[in-house]
Amino acid sequence: MMGFVNGLLRLRRGPWEMLATVLIGLGVVMLMQPFVLVLYTYSFVVTLVGTVMFIIVSHFPE
Amino acid sequence: MTYSPIDRAATKTPQGVARRIRGLSDRTIAWIFVSPTIFLLLAVNIFPLIWTIRLSFTDYRVNRPNNEVSWVGLQNYQRILSDPDIWNTMQATAHFLIWTIILQVLIGFTLAYLINMKFKGNDLWTTIIVFPMMLSPAVVGNFWTFLYQPQIGLFNYVVAFFTGADPASFSMIGDVNLAPWAIVIVDTWMWTPFVMLICLAGLRSIPDSIYEAAECDRASKWRQFWTITVPMALPFLMLAVLFRGIENFKMFDLVVQLTGGGPGNTTTLTSIDLKREAFERWRTGYSSAYAVILFVTVFGLASIYVKALNKVKQR
Repeated sequence: MMGFVNGLLRLRRGPWEMLATVLIGLGVVMLMQPFVLVLYTYSFVVTLVGTVMFIIVSHFPE
Repeated sequence: MTYSPIDRAATKTPQGVARRIRGLSDRTIAWIFVSPTIFLLLAVNIFPLIWTIRLSFTDYRVNRPNNEVSWVGLQNYQRILSDPDIWNTMQATAHFLIWTIILQVLIGFTLAYLINMKFKGNDLWTTIIVFPMMLSPAVVGNFWTFLYQPQIGLFNYVVAFFTGADPASFSMIGDVNLAPWAIVIVDTWMWTPFVMLICLAGLRSIPDSIYEAAECDRASKWRQFWTITVPMALPFLMLAVLFRGIENFKMFDLVVQLTGGGPGNTTTLTSIDLKREAFERWRTGYSSAYAVILFVTVFGLASIYVKALNKVKQR
């Protein structure tokens, strides 16, 4: 866990990509889940943040 | 002295042109070759994308080109993301996407595994299995509507034969509970061969020497399957899932031909709904926002999937 936080603080690609991946996955689940309309409403913002983050952090050093 | 075709072409190049080309750096020549492709990509992909994003913030209607176009900000996005009907459409798409991928991967991999066990006539079987993939989706949709007919459809009679139910007692494309499964069955029937072909390529790329080494180590068939076959065929399997996932996210023709999105809206997938908004209700700005939401979703999913695929390949 400390390694993950350190990686985030030192702007390393691995942990940031992991975070972006989780956000994209969460956004897609929120978009397509059949339970809560509010989650659907905020799904696009979450997916968009994740996708933009993924594009940016792909250029971070390993 | 013999001249190669390159030398002959060089001697035929007019002196003036040759002098000008000789003055260019390798980098410039590379740009000259690449620029037509870049221009085409910009014109066909990037420009429409940017234009769609711009339109998504307006109330533009393409059937009223003389109307003044107003900037509506995030209103289109807010309306789409709070609309329960579109939410239902997303769920219908998720149902279709998840089940088609699961079934196609399971059946496709099993068929590939069986075909890979070289037996007499396996080429003939491969051709027969691949046949549905060669048909047009419109044709497939059309003849499956006949197969699903409660009175005359073959599908109902086959189900009746195995279950004992009355063939006319259920309608695959007329029942709200069965219609989502009807489109899953047809897509699986049509596209499982594609997954099978990709898996077959993966299975045939595994060298026999690995299995021979495993035999020497007395590994059972079950162990060989899980420690050799599956890990080595996994990148191919993931590629098949990526292709089918992206294709099925924008599935249109087959479902329109089969159910038209009905009964009610039970089989209205996002691409069908998007087409209705854009070209039946003519709400271009609204449908542009809809398209951007779908694009970001597919792009995000494809990005993480390609990353996972690369990781599997590097193992």
